[in-house]
Amino acid sequence: MRVTVTINGQRRSDEIEDRLLLVHYLREVAQLTGTHVGCETSLCGACTVLINGKAVKSCTVLAAQAEGVEITTVEGLVKDGHLHPVQEGFWEEHGLQCGFCTPGMLMLTTDLLSRNPDPSEAEIRHALDGNLCRCTGYQHIINAVQYAARKMRETRKSA
Amino acid sequence: MAAGIVPKFVGSRVKRREDPRLISGNGTYVDDIKLPGMLAAVMLRSPYGHAKINSIDVEAAKKLPGVVAVLTGEDIRGKLPTLITAAPAQNVPYHPALAQDRVRFVGEAVAVAVAIDQYTAQDALDLIEVDYDPLPVITDPEKALEADAPVIHEQFGNNISTRAEVKSGEIDRAMREADRIIKFRLVNQRLAPVPMEPRGAVAQWNPGSEYLTLWSSTQGPHLLRSYLAEVLKLPEHRMRVIAPEVGGGFGCKLNVYAEEVMTAYLAMLLNKPVKWIERRRENLATTTHGRDLITYIEAPVKNDGTILGLKARFICDMGAYLQLLTPMVPGFAGMMMTGCYKVPAMAFEQLMVFTNKMAPDAYRGAGRPEACFIAERTMDMIALELNLDPAEIRRKNFIPKEAFPAQIASGLIYDSGDYEPALDLALKHIDYPKVRAEQAEGRKHGRYIGIGICSYVEICGIGPSPMLPPSMKGGGWESATIRMEPDSKVTVLTGVSPHGQGQETSFAQLVADELGIGIDDVTVVHGDTAIVQYGTGTFGSRGTSVGGAALMMAVQKLQAKMKKIASTMMEVPPDQLTFNNGTIAMASDLTKSIPLQRVVDASYGHKHPIPGIEPGLNEAGFYEPTACTFPFGTHACVVEVDADTGVVKFLRYVAVDDCGRIINPLLVEGQVHGGIAQGIAQALYEEVIYDENGQLLTATLMDYAVPKAEMLPHYELDSTVTPSPINPLGVKGVGEAGTIGSTPCVVSGVLDALKPFGIKNLDMPLKPEKIWRAIQAARKA
Repeated sequence: MRVTVTINGQRRSDEIEDRLLLVHYLREVAQLTGTHVGCETSLCGACTVLINGKAVKSCTVLAAQAEGVEITTVEGLVKDGHLHPVQEGFWEEHGLQCGFCTPGMLMLTTDLLSRNPDPSEAEIRHALDGNLCRCTGYQHIINAVQYAARKMRETRKSA
Repeated sequence: MAAGIVPKFVGSRVKRREDPRLISGNGTYVDDIKLPGMLAAVMLRSPYGHAKINSIDVEAAKKLPGVVAVLTGEDIRGKLPTLITAAPAQNVPYHPALAQDRVRFVGEAVAVAVAIDQYTAQDALDLIEVDYDPLPVITDPEKALEADAPVIHEQFGNNISTRAEVKSGEIDRAMREADRIIKFRLVNQRLAPVPMEPRGAVAQWNPGSEYLTLWSSTQGPHLLRSYLAEVLKLPEHRMRVIAPEVGGGFGCKLNVYAEEVMTAYLAMLLNKPVKWIERRRENLATTTHGRDLITYIEAPVKNDGTILGLKARFICDMGAYLQLLTPMVPGFAGMMMTGCYKVPAMAFEQLMVFTNKMAPDAYRGAGRPEACFIAERTMDMIALELNLDPAEIRRKNFIPKEAFPAQIASGLIYDSGDYEPALDLALKHIDYPKVRAEQAEGRKHGRYIGIGICSYVEICGIGPSPMLPPSMKGGGWESATIRMEPDSKVTVLTGVSPHGQGQETSFAQLVADELGIGIDDVTVVHGDTAIVQYGTGTFGSRGTSVGGAALMMAVQKLQAKMKKIASTMMEVPPDQLTFNNGTIAMASDLTKSIPLQRVVDASYGHKHPIPGIEPGLNEAGFYEPTACTFPFGTHACVVEVDADTGVVKFLRYVAVDDCGRIINPLLVEGQVHGGIAQGIAQALYEEVIYDENGQLLTATLMDYAVPKAEMLPHYELDSTVTPSPINPLGVKGVGEAGTIGSTPCVVSGVLDALKPFGIKNLDMPLKPEKIWRAIQAARKA
């Protein structure tokens, strides 16, 4: 079957097997390996991408179901050579160690901050519950999310 | 660095140089590697805990379009030898990469299908018919010792792999002279390391040059190369092992796995690149587990709380086969079980037992969390029995500051330590007297607050080579090469293999300060045996204390050579020169200097040959530590138990750690946070469960409770700094400290909260249901 999607602003159309998972479509067909496979059961969140702006675990979505949608992956966060504030936050606050969960964390955070520009620590912890990190114990990730939120609020204010 | 020059980078919160690629999707993990014509391998795994294999029919699988090969244990019999254990054991079973005749744990690989892609290989597995005869299963290591227990490896006659005893000091006298002997049983439950990146390997064989390249998600690429060379009968110089980006290890990626051997073997057999990627279910079933140690403890004490000795019997669950270091881990637990305390005599007996389970091996802490749990639960038990304050009982028994370097009963020598300030600081942070008063007040109103304390000491920086088993490849040493390139930028090759720890940053900090250059002028390369000289790898919190020390040796050699060159150019004796801000300068007058680049030109350039000095700026260091380092600290927590639900809530979590000199506080915090999270996970949440049929009940992340953000507290950190005299950096290691200190701390806190119910001990994990049942039972009694 054929699927047509827009990934990081670029439209593409591919002939695929019906059963192909979206995460494998992104990684194997579109060659975007920034999105990771951590559990294949939507429990770890390493495969999180944005579909039409909403965080979705791409390991339990068929590529076929993505027909016509807009997908953003970690590769699509950098704009005009500048890091996204969420990326900046994770770098500044040591929000990653091995980096494997990070793309999913970044996409989840992007979604969270689009809905809630000033989340409390409790709200951030709750939002992160679908994304596992084994390295950081989450505290630096929470700091990273807060950094990004601050930065995005300031940018909005000055705009 | 000359006196008076302030370090620019060491000691600063320098953000990581690893991160830009990792936050932009540009990291390359094993699964991201794609080679032309690459095939996918998928393993068929045993659904039985113990069974006889009557036959395996692979014909239908082989006929499936896209399938290239299907192999079973019979196909490798006599061609691939047993997998290796490096640690000494009395009974070492034959361990084939694919099961032969019998399967002995759920998940054991029985066949491998290789196809054009993973989906097709997976389809092929469904067409393989295995005829099994189930055999009696044994999963409880204590029952496995009983006379009528099913025997897992018939050649040994019983299920004992190894029986060993260590005795030191006058333990019998201590037992006689004690006012009382405190006896209890402790269980360190079985855990799964669960790095977020499962394991994986890609192998490529070049038949023309007879050269094998293997990418693997490993913590020790050189060790892996050495072991693979032995198993595959290939010389090491015709093998290149690359650890690309590695998505977490925590000890479980140090092992040499059946799948790594099979991936390499298949690439050679089929003359095609082969990729094997572990799925999460496989990760939980077949990546080495951790802990699984039952301990019977006897502590002879005086009525004033003085501990006279410590005696323990260990029942160590080894699983079905011994992996690389499986038999070594419990030994560390025994050697360190006397903790921070003056314990003049000790004895422990280890019984290592086979069961129908996956083998445990190194997991963050590897023996020291077990040791610390024994020491700290013992202190709490003494406090409870004698009605003494748990903080004061620790203080009373601490090895005093004046005793360092201190030889403990097991023979180990603690390098440096000062335990009281860390305890005091932790107590101050939680406001100990005040929180004890709140606890007392709360108890009057049915509010159950608990205060947990854990003073830990651990062993790091392994270490002098004799600390490692004689048959282990590599050594306790570590290596580094430093090269100043013709443009005066620096390349560092390190023998350690970081996978999240951040040495690309911390090592660059060290080098930049030593050479008076910018941190962006240094690139740290690791994890590729064709680029980096032999190294032992990253485990046991040794990366900085051993790898960093090796780097310092190489740096000093480079500095000496460059000073010698500068000396001839400046006509100043080398010992009066120092590195400063891109120059080599007179230490007494930094304005009298020449740019580094001129020294580099003189070394590499054909215009400025300096008689008697070799061209080039490339120096290596191999550092063998004279001893291990012993980081320590005190963790304290305040928890509240809801007596109606059994739920544990954190009110405070304070960690005071002493890891010696700190190179990058930001990275140290990250290590401590992550360690605490994993330690809390053992105390409250995680447990690998096999049922009596050997079925793994925790085979997905739905069932195995890796903590989520909401399940963990906000950590408050502080530190004391007691430099190690062992290595030139004064560092001790911090990768595992958090894991070691937090588990006993949290258990101590929860049991303190439950004290009014008369509950003295509960086995981890302290899940709400377990706590609730204990409270119900106590209320009925």
